[in-house]
Amino acid sequence: MTELTPRPDDLGLTAAAKANVPIENQNAKSFFAQLQGFWVTFTTMFKKVTTVEYPEVKEPMAEGFHGRHQLNRYDDGLEKCIGCELCAWACPADAILVEGESNTEDARYSPGERYGKVYQINYLRCIFCGLCVEACPTRALTMTNEYELADDSRSKLIFEKEDLLAPLRSGALKPPHPMAEGKTHIDYYRGDITDIKND
Amino acid sequence: MGLEEKLPAGFALTTVENLAGYMRKNSLWPATFGLACCAIEMMAFGGGRYDAARFGMEVFRASPRQADLMIVAGRVSNKMAPVLRQIYDQMAAPNWVIAMGACASSGGMFNNYAIVQGVDHIVPVDIYLPGCPPRPEMLMDAILKLHEHIGNEKLGVNREQIIREVEAAALAAKPTHQLNGLLS
Repeated sequence: MTELTPRPDDLGLTAAAKANVPIENQNAKSFFAQLQGFWVTFTTMFKKVTTVEYPEVKEPMAEGFHGRHQLNRYDDGLEKCIGCELCAWACPADAILVEGESNTEDARYSPGERYGKVYQINYLRCIFCGLCVEACPTRALTMTNEYELADDSRSKLIFEKEDLLAPLRSGALKPPHPMAEGKTHIDYYRGDITDIKND
Repeated sequence: MGLEEKLPAGFALTTVENLAGYMRKNSLWPATFGLACCAIEMMAFGGGRYDAARFGMEVFRASPRQADLMIVAGRVSNKMAPVLRQIYDQMAAPNWVIAMGACASSGGMFNNYAIVQGVDHIVPVDIYLPGCPPRPEMLMDAILKLHEHIGNEKLGVNREQIIREVEAAALAAKPTHQLNGLLS
């Protein structure tokens, strides 16, 4: 083995130790500097805490918050969705699937000609932009403040029509049922059905 | 540990399960895996207002070997996919994955050639979190749901039983091409 360049056995460490460099400057000035630092810590104890207490206290979101969707109903329980698929066309993420179907005299789900038979929103695709809500001509689709949507499988996050429909109000009847007596779909769209409101 | 593998099903094993679950769920250490805008919300979750320290997980580990939770925050490009898998493989055994946001969960609105259509193509995902990006509250909700999941995790023979049941259920499930609409 060839002779390597001799390495200094001491990397200058002992020289530094011999020089006796003081680790900290313990005079009155540094003491007050420390006190000043700890004073910040001390006063923080009396400041108002900004941390949210989320799982225990659930504060409501802002009014225009984009949360989970809701398919609305008229006051008598008929669905507002007419199955026009404009929401699905507007969706930039292709998260909505609608299949329309014609109402019949025996089975009427919405006033007018058509209703949404299949309505699915894939929440793993949805970006909560609200373009579907803007596109909806009958105000059938709106957004709620609900945001606790996390789940453990893909299929659980595809919401069906039953998951999205608004709950029935008191006095409202679950569709299918006929339109109110003497009213047409035009009255429904104009909101002229206040007399059948009973809640 | 090795202890739970030798215990018979019964009181001793469930006690170990409960104890291990309690310890594991209250000491999650997330790996930093911020890829896009969701990472900003993840950082807010670590900050003072939302305060991840309340759940015992304020230290975001930069080294995967010290972490046991991967929060995939953001869209994963095809080029990032092998990196993500390697980070996952480097994490020590009981580890969990949260797919945070629409892009990590399914590709979101980026349905194109560059983005992986959901990180579950690469790693097993425990919790999917929708939102674009999800609020820190939504992330907290996902983490609490994951806590519940970890707390009820089975070990030893019970775990093998669960694995067999899941396998049987998957074999008996309706094939996707027979499902309706978006589920297909």
